[in-house]
Amino acid sequence: MMPFLPVVLFTDWLVYLLVAVIAAVAWHVRRHEHLVAPWRRVVRSKSGMVGLVVLAVLVVIGLLDSLHYRPRLGVQQADAKAAYAVDVLSVFDVLSEPLRARREKTYSAPLATELYAKETIELSDGGQAREYPRLQYGGAHLQNPQEDFVADVAKHALTGVASGLFGWLALTIVLCASLAHRHQTRVGESWRRIWCGETEVPWAAILLTSLAILLIAGPAIALGVKYHILGTDKVGQDVLYLALKSIRTGLVIGTLTTLVMLPFAIALGIMAGYFGGWIDDIIQYLYTTLNSIPGVLLIAAAVLMTQVYIDTHPEMFTTTAQRADFRLLFLCIILGVTSWTSLCRLLRGETLKLKELEYIQAAHAFGVRHLRIVTRHVLPNVMHIVLISVVMEFSGLVLAEAVLSYVGVGVDPSMISFGTMINNARLEMAREPMVWWSLAAAFIFMFALVLSANLFADAVRDAFDPRIRSRTLTPARLRELAAGSGGRGAERAA
Amino acid sequence: MIAYIVRRTLYAIPILIGVNLFTFALFFWVNTPDDMARMHLGLKRVTPEAIAKWKQERGYDKPLLFNSGAPGATEKLGDTIFFEKSIRMFVFDFGAADDGRDIGREIKARMLPSLALALPVFVVGLLVHITFALLVAFFRATYIDFWGVVLCVAMMSISSMFYIIGGQYLISKLWHLVPISGFQGGVDSAKFLALPVIIGVIGSLGAATRLYRTFFLEEINKDYVRTARAKGLSEVTVLFKHVLKNAMIPILTGAVVAIPFLFMGSLITESFFGIPGLGSYTVDAIRSQDFAVVRSMVFIGSFLYIVGLLLTDLSYTLVDPRIRLG
Repeated sequence: MMPFLPVVLFTDWLVYLLVAVIAAVAWHVRRHEHLVAPWRRVVRSKSGMVGLVVLAVLVVIGLLDSLHYRPRLGVQQADAKAAYAVDVLSVFDVLSEPLRARREKTYSAPLATELYAKETIELSDGGQAREYPRLQYGGAHLQNPQEDFVADVAKHALTGVASGLFGWLALTIVLCASLAHRHQTRVGESWRRIWCGETEVPWAAILLTSLAILLIAGPAIALGVKYHILGTDKVGQDVLYLALKSIRTGLVIGTLTTLVMLPFAIALGIMAGYFGGWIDDIIQYLYTTLNSIPGVLLIAAAVLMTQVYIDTHPEMFTTTAQRADFRLLFLCIILGVTSWTSLCRLLRGETLKLKELEYIQAAHAFGVRHLRIVTRHVLPNVMHIVLISVVMEFSGLVLAEAVLSYVGVGVDPSMISFGTMINNARLEMAREPMVWWSLAAAFIFMFALVLSANLFADAVRDAFDPRIRSRTLTPARLRELAAGSGGRGAERAA
Repeated sequence: MIAYIVRRTLYAIPILIGVNLFTFALFFWVNTPDDMARMHLGLKRVTPEAIAKWKQERGYDKPLLFNSGAPGATEKLGDTIFFEKSIRMFVFDFGAADDGRDIGREIKARMLPSLALALPVFVVGLLVHITFALLVAFFRATYIDFWGVVLCVAMMSISSMFYIIGGQYLISKLWHLVPISGFQGGVDSAKFLALPVIIGVIGSLGAATRLYRTFFLEEINKDYVRTARAKGLSEVTVLFKHVLKNAMIPILTGAVVAIPFLFMGSLITESFFGIPGLGSYTVDAIRSQDFAVVRSMVFIGSFLYIVGLLLTDLSYTLVDPRIRLG
């Protein structure tokens, strides 16, 4: 019998699907030189690669967090039916066991050894005293916190820095060696080339970013197993753990939303532009109508309805995680509905233009079928628009999630996300002394995610947009610039 | 021109009908009024009588589309949820909220505080953003330009809630300059509105400056600008007299679409600062799951959006004589 029961949530399926799609596309692109060319330009962009490195680290965390299972409960008799825990865990939870399992009673400040609030403690002589009790886990190994604290933290931080540096050096040497092998030079020569910026790929920027990440991650891990480096929240959960868990929610919302809406946007946009006539009229009417409902309100209305549905059909969901996941999936779909219109409009316009070009006229003249013309001649020529809008949409969606959670129509309150973290921490600002760490952690992690996505998205746009150099303004383009993208629109409207 | 306006206005009607049908389907078909009643009353220990009473109080006890029991043809169609709740919206009759107050009157009363916040944000924001973008464009292709854009991207990446919470903490709590939240009519309102306005302007600074910068740079590379420089005009004159004027076309037309939304206010700013406008009204309605209010706000929002689109198209003709509307 298996020691665990694999659980594949709805969003997990879609995450796997997304990974498969990206892998397939990458494989396809690699074999076609003309498709590789714009990606070369992306790879050459310094800011783009800095963003990509940070993004890659966050994506790995998110993917590890997408492999879910339910652990088996206790050892029972061999013939008994296996019972599995109600909690759904992920591979990431196992890796971050020291963070997840060490729950304190309530708030504690970053790196604290004592609880945030005073408690009445029974003294050994029978009396009582009001003082800050020691934390159960954070800094519990210290005999005498007042004296040993600084030395201990410094020791662990230095160990972390040292191992971070060591890891980075190893990484750099491996890179130099592989570059030297590829270019048939000496290792020292490729080292010089990297730091003099003579390589095509901006390795210096990539290595410096990795160094920064490792220098943060090293001490964080070394200290994290002994202390709560970002403190604990109201129910004593480690804030660093919460922030890391939020990454998956943010990534899911940013990517699955576009994955969900992409088929509709592409199919309808191309159809409207290609066929024209009444089909065009209907599709235009459809997206103008949907577009005219303010994003936040449409999302709110739909999420309220989903909530009613979930509450009246409790039999569909066996665990809380599944319920929360259903709501997350629905949020993605609804965000997709509000954001597909802008892409649809862009694709319609581009198809209208392409339709009149000679090669498509020629295909018509040869009697090629509509479906074949669309898939072979139109679709490949609008893919750059799809790609640009997907990457540009991402950061807006991550930001929108926090706002929606504040309004009360974001993810399920039981789901860990930046929005719920901010929402829970917001009211604690009024406490004295202030509980700031939860809020700060959520904002910093969100900032890292969104900034790296923005940098990468800009690099992709610069590489793929043929209009970027000679961009002329037309009323249609003005409107699309002014309207912005769906997620961004939702965030701005709020 | 008048023919165009009339045509566009007529075109808006099917869109509003579409929005109306969509919200009707969402609020009454996807989940029946019974479901809503059960959710509102709590899932456990809910009697059929309680559900019937809840529905009757809100007028949800009628048939959805067709009342076969009613006398007369007009009552058959008129005495239904669809007519009472959806058709009535076209004459801005929204019915009552869950707390019994008339939604229409509430909206009228709350429009002014919303406008008092949104209008300064809009005007001051436009001025500040244009100034910054012009400055960055003036120093184009220098380090100031580069770091300006980097700063813009960084500011775009910060959650709007951070600006609000950070601003409240810094200015209200640490420096005690203005009250943290609240609202008062008249002259006192300036005290309460100063902070939200500043935060509103700063919050959108990054995105707007970057967008306007591209508008300016687009103009700067055009032939007439080169001619102006060749004549010997100073860079400042070129920038203000020629570039600014022409770049204002995209900026203004882009901004026009937002004007009707000034009435709607902004959701989170209003609710964080406790301003009794339409934004906080909506947030409260969403939180208390007051479906009637949410439905009304959806309708108003779409109405304002359509007005905004019409204004945008008209403003093209006003600012740019090359565009003719047929």
